[in-house]
Amino acid sequence: MRRTLFLIFLIVIWELGYRIFDWGWKFPSPLQTLEAFYDGFANGHLFGSIVASMRRLLISFVISIVLGTGLGFLFARFRFFDETFGFLVVALQTVPSIAWLPFAIIWFGLNDTSVVFITTIGATWTMSMASRTGIVQISKIHLRAAQMMGTGNGLKMFYQVMLPAAFPHLITGVRVAWAFAWRALTAGELIGRGLGLGQTLQDSRDIGDTATILCVVIIIAVIGTISDHFCFKRLEDGIMVRFGLHAAKK
Amino acid sequence: MIEIDKVSKSFEQKKGTSYQALDEVSFTIKQGEFVSLLGPSGCGKSTLLNLIAGFEKAYDGTIRVNGEPVKGPGAGKVVVFQEHGLFPWLNVLDNVAFGLKQQGVPKKERHARALEGIKSVHLSKFIDRYPHELSGGMKQRVAIARALVMEPDILLMDEPFAALDEQTRYILQKDLEDIWLRTRKTVLFITHNIREAVLLSDRVLVMSTQPGRIKKEFAIQAARPHQAGDPLIHHYENKIMETLSEELEKVVREEMGHDYRIAKNAVPDLPDRNLGIGI
Ligand SMILES: Nc1ncnc2c1ncn2[C@@H]1O[C@H](COP(=O)(O)OP(=O)(O)OP(=O)(O)O)[C@@H](O)[C@H]1O
Ligand SMILES: [Mg+2]
Repeated sequence: MRRTLFLIFLIVIWELGYRIFDWGWKFPSPLQTLEAFYDGFANGHLFGSIVASMRRLLISFVISIVLGTGLGFLFARFRFFDETFGFLVVALQTVPSIAWLPFAIIWFGLNDTSVVFITTIGATWTMSMASRTGIVQISKIHLRAAQMMGTGNGLKMFYQVMLPAAFPHLITGVRVAWAFAWRALTAGELIGRGLGLGQTLQDSRDIGDTATILCVVIIIAVIGTISDHFCFKRLEDGIMVRFGLHAAKK
Repeated sequence: MIEIDKVSKSFEQKKGTSYQALDEVSFTIKQGEFVSLLGPSGCGKSTLLNLIAGFEKAYDGTIRVNGEPVKGPGAGKVVVFQEHGLFPWLNVLDNVAFGLKQQGVPKKERHARALEGIKSVHLSKFIDRYPHELSGGMKQRVAIARALVMEPDILLMDEPFAALDEQTRYILQKDLEDIWLRTRKTVLFITHNIREAVLLSDRVLVMSTQPGRIKKEFAIQAARPHQAGDPLIHHYENKIMETLSEELEKVVREEMGHDYRIAKNAVPDLPDRNLGIGI
């Protein structure tokens, strides 16, 4: 409720400001933005962009979650791997994924694959670090209990014990990975070709359509918030409660 | 049958030194025998149990279970840990059914058997709860049910009742005795409670500390089920108490300097006193 009032207040100020100072086309008024929204959705362009971007995002996201979890597992289990490749990953993690775009363009061309590539890179390293921590921190007694009940040390152990035991860390990793992927995706799309939110931003800049630019920014913010709040945060909270960690956190 | 022959174990410590936790420990537990292990805290009881369970492979000497050298965990050996070790992401029913699931028992049957096991530790009302919603004693009971439900040949129990109140402990001791009388499993039972050890066991092994060795062995030759009121039982309790007090005195002396002695009546000769963290 308070949030809604605040948003309405903000929009009123914005509209008033636009009318009083009359700053021109460089920043749109609420009405223009709304219009752009309507037009964008009416001709299907905005919706199409959202779908295209989400498709890329989901592909990259799934790849990076699987890859990251797997890598983290290897780091946690094999000392040698951790000391060699693990160290490299820590270094790679500090590189903004957009820095790989030139390589991506050289290897794959100016297309979807490039964008998916850098989005995946953006999320994988974080995910692998989270998964490593999660698996390293599994208590010995749980592993022993599992072994004594006959899980062995292979896949059964991984699926039935390690994954669930590492879940609190994994889910945090997933949340951060999602945020990283989002950023990398938008950055990548600004340069990539085709349909997508980032491309729409870029195209609108070319024709000076600031209203649409703002629309896309708002859409990105809304999707980001919704997915984090209603999907990952819920999931995380649920798991924390299940593990009895919630009381400790507060 | 568990045969332990000259088993030594030392732990690496940081500065290249090593700490010898067990020194040439040898004993045998016969098929169907109930043996308790008593000893001061830190004397290596859990360490020994972990070796038998197959969790650690770096040690000297040989351990054979049913004639076979121990290769790893599982294979008819089941452990009740000092800290329960339940899986926080599974509810009581699934925790107890976990072992059966690994054996490939179909869902319906394993749930039925798990329920049976949960009933025997008096927790039927709590099958939907998660471990963090249970009290310490309840968790321990779930851990016991989880072990028993797998119908192991060999039951290794590391202070399973230490966290329980007197009444629950009593009930579970009775239950364990019943189960043992019925199934005649081979049991190695670690405890700090002398009365518990004497009441349940065929034999009580008392360990000495630093390094851990078997100090003395008491065969409890009283009629089953052992009765707390039996003078013979009382006699054993006192004997074991004496042996343990010596050990305890040694520990304290080592810590406080050599001229320290425990006043003769500082250790009350109430045999059922839980020596818990004290020793
Ligand atoms: N992983 C380890 N690394 C180094 N030292 C260890 C390790 N595990 C146990 N120890 C040492 O070995 C000794 C025996 O430990 P253990 O846990 O077997 O004692 P315990 O007899 O079970 O004691 P309690 O009755 O308190 O449970 C202790 O002095 C402990 O410090
Ligand atoms: Mg112990």
